[in-house]
Amino acid sequence: MPMISMPVPNVEIMSRRDEIITALLSALPAEIVISSESETLAYDCDALSAYRCSPLAVILPRTTAEVSAAMKICHELGVPIVPRGAGTSLAGGALPTADSIILGTARLNDTLEIDLENRFISVQSGVTNLSVTGSVEGDGFFYAPDPSSQLACAIAGNIAMNSGGAHCLKYGVTTNNLLGVTVVMANGEVVKLGGAHMDSSGYDLLGLICGSEGQLGIVTEATLRILPKPEGARPVLIGFNSPKTAGTCVADIIKAGILPVAIEYMDRLCIQETDKFSGAGYPDVEALLIVEVEGSEVEIDLQLARITSIAQKLDPAELRQSASAEESALIWKGRKSAFGAMGQINDYICLDGTVPVSQLAHVLERIGELSKQYGLDVANVFHAGDGNMHPLILYNANKEGDLDIAEKFGADILRLCVEVGGCLTGEHGVGIEKRDLMGEQFSANDMEMQMRVKDCFDPKWLLNPAKVYPLEVSKERRERLQNQMPNNGESSK
Amino acid sequence: MSSVLIPDDEAEIAEIVSAAKSNNTPLHIVGGGTRTGLGRTVKAQKLLSLKELSGISLYEPGALTIVAKAGTPLADIEQALAKENQRLAFEPMDHRPLFGSKGEPTIGGVVGGNISGPRRMISGACRDSLIGVRFINGRGKIIKNGGRVMKNVTGLDLVKLMAGSYGTLGVFSELSFKVMPTNERQATLVVFGLDIATAIKTLSVALGSPFEVSGATFIPHQDENGDASKTLLRVEGFDSQVSYRLERLKELVQKTIASTSSEIEIIEGDDHISLWQGIRDVKIFSGTKHQVFKLNIKPLDAIAISEAISAEMSTKNLDTKTLYDWGGGLIWLGIEDNEQGQDKVGQSANSHVQTIRSIVNEYGGHVTLVRAPKDVREAVSPFHPEHQIVAKLSSCLRKKFDPAGILNPGRLGADPLSAIAGGK
Repeated sequence: MPMISMPVPNVEIMSRRDEIITALLSALPAEIVISSESETLAYDCDALSAYRCSPLAVILPRTTAEVSAAMKICHELGVPIVPRGAGTSLAGGALPTADSIILGTARLNDTLEIDLENRFISVQSGVTNLSVTGSVEGDGFFYAPDPSSQLACAIAGNIAMNSGGAHCLKYGVTTNNLLGVTVVMANGEVVKLGGAHMDSSGYDLLGLICGSEGQLGIVTEATLRILPKPEGARPVLIGFNSPKTAGTCVADIIKAGILPVAIEYMDRLCIQETDKFSGAGYPDVEALLIVEVEGSEVEIDLQLARITSIAQKLDPAELRQSASAEESALIWKGRKSAFGAMGQINDYICLDGTVPVSQLAHVLERIGELSKQYGLDVANVFHAGDGNMHPLILYNANKEGDLDIAEKFGADILRLCVEVGGCLTGEHGVGIEKRDLMGEQFSANDMEMQMRVKDCFDPKWLLNPAKVYPLEVSKERRERLQNQMPNNGESSK
Repeated sequence: MSSVLIPDDEAEIAEIVSAAKSNNTPLHIVGGGTRTGLGRTVKAQKLLSLKELSGISLYEPGALTIVAKAGTPLADIEQALAKENQRLAFEPMDHRPLFGSKGEPTIGGVVGGNISGPRRMISGACRDSLIGVRFINGRGKIIKNGGRVMKNVTGLDLVKLMAGSYGTLGVFSELSFKVMPTNERQATLVVFGLDIATAIKTLSVALGSPFEVSGATFIPHQDENGDASKTLLRVEGFDSQVSYRLERLKELVQKTIASTSSEIEIIEGDDHISLWQGIRDVKIFSGTKHQVFKLNIKPLDAIAISEAISAEMSTKNLDTKTLYDWGGGLIWLGIEDNEQGQDKVGQSANSHVQTIRSIVNEYGGHVTLVRAPKDVREAVSPFHPEHQIVAKLSSCLRKKFDPAGILNPGRLGADPLSAIAGGK
């Protein structure tokens, strides 16, 4: 049995299922309310598929007004809401509870405005990450955050988890590229935060919404900063026989004043498997770096020359500078198929802790030791420039107890990340996956302060209530709401 | 101001705040005291000075990370970074020239006001570089959020909330930043004599190019010295990269303004540094009597908004002076008001603010009254009135962080709820 527990669903709410669905249908078109069990089954998990539960019903609104109407009803009837983007969360952020309603953004998929002169795009939040870039790339622009799931993941989920991607070192994460949002509050009220201008007046509520994991409101529309596409980009592949030297190389490149758009790291197991899978022709080394720079041909040559000269001083086992689009594609081919390649050989848990770049080598060494201790293999593939690690713990889902061991091993790695000055999650979010480890990173006061913020936005604690904070920490708040409903919806003071 | 409290460490701040809460004694939190002109006057008898809470706790150039105590002079941080050819990407403005204030700006003050400069447009604001905070809330509890790594989505992001909260949610004790390399060479392409519409459009075209323009400013023609207007495009990078970018931008500008005859010049070196410091610190208003406003708007709206404002102000026979930064997304507007007597100054300032805000409200954005005499800042709200729901949330947050209302009371107005507008 998996380790992470969910609260016992509220039977009183479940007993009112028909009443709740009738109320929703009275205010919303029938085609956006899904209540048959065979259909809600498709929403019983996200990409953390070891955990499943069917919700009471699923709503797929097409407009902010429909979201508002749905939220108002759920608020009045005291029904928990679990927001869902494209369902690609690796952290269980969109896992339903049996007493909750899933509010999905799948049909909020219109592009509202493209303004190239002012460099922004406004979209409904259900559009996919990649389609945002798709809307503007013909005009020479792109949207910078690029999580690996960008083909499928929704902007709503990107905002909920403050997603990053491979290019954060230069362009930042979602919060740095988000100009404004339309939010439907827990009680159905609609508010716009930010806009197409820069910086907010008053408290930065936009910054608070981004990364709030559906705890504060439902984002239905977003205004995103778009950037001019660079003239070109080319990588260099550098192989080392020690992780420590690879770590030194990363720090030396950064210290030299070069800001590569990406620095990716792969360890031996990952190199071997992805090479077998993709035929990328990777060298047989302990650590492989892919460093990519951008600009005109001249600018790229200049930066790559500096990077290779830094690498050469560290006696690399392999140094392969791309001279053409084909060579670039080959270098990236393995890295881009890494997760698929690892999935072919095993089931895996993908972790997401971040560590200070200076601690990378130490952390990799410790992960190696833990791997021996737990008897499970780990492949490491991650964004080295920003210290966001993605250890993949390999286990066998069909073997009794293996997932349990893998989760314990994962928890130890995350504790290690915090211990060396990093954090539990760099871009996937806490969800349920890291929920019970929050106490490793935050004190009771830290968590209490965050939960008080939620109290302002969602006084009844109806929005994604069993996520992010350990159940015993949020218990009093979650139970209070259930004992006092339905109430008048006044915010608690 | 009857007494000054000067804590040595975080624990002592917590003690002071706890005591202040029990005694219901409001605190005015200060770092270097160079930006006290921003917002309203704090209504507190006791001053809480962070000047002893100084020092860089950690600096890892290879990780692009610096951590410093809140009272650390900004100059110390910039100096330490410069030694490693790094910098704070957001180019924080120095408010001393504008306010005529003395003292040393501190990093806590920079974060408290979310203070940025010309590079904000491409590199983000102070809040975008801020990756971790430690603070003491109004309950006297030490709270941490974020950390020292640049990718971190663990829990709610209070880091952003704290930046720009003007000390009303907590007293900072320690702050962490993502820093950036300083480029080998910087240079600016100056185009003389463009009118505002051509200038703003030129800046927009340049910002839409792949040449990573890191400063995009329009300085209009000023009557008093008769200089031609200047449209500025700053580029940074490695030596040959800058040469390449300047050349390409020049072609782009000439194509955009459909002229090769406009005078174009390249500025570098010391002149370049002082040029951008002047823009960053809006030195055009240094020592003048203007009431100074900051308009955060959509860049291209600068053309229509400035036209509407000029029309309004000229009917009132008022002199205005402007500087356009962030490609037009930030207008610095000065209005010279010769009204005499406190009541009249307050009244006329109020009407200027109303006029400017109602113009900006039509387009979207917000208006801050940055510099005005104290009584004017009491008569009108320095910050843009908030939508009712936002005001309600802000008011709630303030009560959660500081239930007794002892942290910088009055700085943002009595309470966000008191400044509710009719809605945006």
